[in-house]
Amino acid sequence: MIERPELWYVIAGLALGSFLLRFAFLGFVGDRPLPEWLLRHLRYTAVAVLPALIAPMILWPAATDGSFDLPRGLAAFVTLAAGLWFRSVIVSITAGAATLYLGLYLLG
Amino acid sequence: MRATTPKSPLKQGISDAAPFILVVSPFALVFGVVATESGLSIAEALLFSVAVIAGAAQFTTLQLLNENAPAVIALLSGLAVNLRMAMYSASLTPYLGAAPLWQRALIAYLTVDQSYACSVAAYERNAGWSLSQRVTYFFATCLPVIPFWYLMTLVGALIGESIPESAALDFAVPITFLALIAPMLRTPAHLAAALVASLSALALTWVPFNLGLIIAASLGMVVGAQAELILKKRGVMA
Repeated sequence: MIERPELWYVIAGLALGSFLLRFAFLGFVGDRPLPEWLLRHLRYTAVAVLPALIAPMILWPAATDGSFDLPRGLAAFVTLAAGLWFRSVIVSITAGAATLYLGLYLLG
Repeated sequence: MRATTPKSPLKQGISDAAPFILVVSPFALVFGVVATESGLSIAEALLFSVAVIAGAAQFTTLQLLNENAPAVIALLSGLAVNLRMAMYSASLTPYLGAAPLWQRALIAYLTVDQSYACSVAAYERNAGWSLSQRVTYFFATCLPVIPFWYLMTLVGALIGESIPESAALDFAVPITFLALIAPMLRTPAHLAAALVASLSALALTWVPFNLGLIIAASLGMVVGAQAELILKKRGVMA
């Protein structure tokens, strides 16, 4: 059983802390110009953080207790390939989901 | 595929973020279920989601509280999972930094993986957008995402039983993010950043408090920036 009021302190702390992390640059830097070297790094934030976030989910899915799963692996590959080829988010998601369910049906 | 008649930033933002309803809804639903199973009241579960809006951090914190970890450890671990939000904040600053303070505060509250990823991709595609068009687009991407986050947490807390595993909804997150990232890999520098970041993340999963993610992302950003410099010197990249 989670104790009270500890739970409420943790929720409040997480809410405030998360807001400050999100506000850190946008709020405090605002429209002051950032140096070119920093901007150059920031251009690669999205393509670095998001792949780093999902790479372990793809190779070691929690649903299979962290062991590689062929339908999920294939679905990820097809999603990426379709995205690179067609440059369309919807086409890519549809292709990936179709592969996942087909793979789970045939191989699972 | 871009339509020939350009849609307004409002419509674009809504339609670009719409597929994420499929990701956010089951994730929030499961959070609602797990929260009530952990003994949280319906109001507490909903308050958690409204105050924090960060699935991974919420799950981490709740999991640790369930395991009777000290409250401070649970809090710090949740914040560590959310460290990437500071990177998102920095990355949005060149595009949105000139907005009024109240808008920036609201944008900060609404910065989640989905709104961030859609917005940066759109800002890169539409270099000519004015500040107000960029702000409108950001808020538009939140419309299909954030209300569902609240609503489905509530639904999960109310029904309090798990959705069938055969739905394989766990994989909605990787698929939608892959689909979003792939079109952003426009240059060898972007490709190198993504490759180094993912390989590093795989090699660093042993690092505690999810800090491997932050290290891996930083390495990817450095590699992307260096690759850009080299490519520009050779005249390959504009």
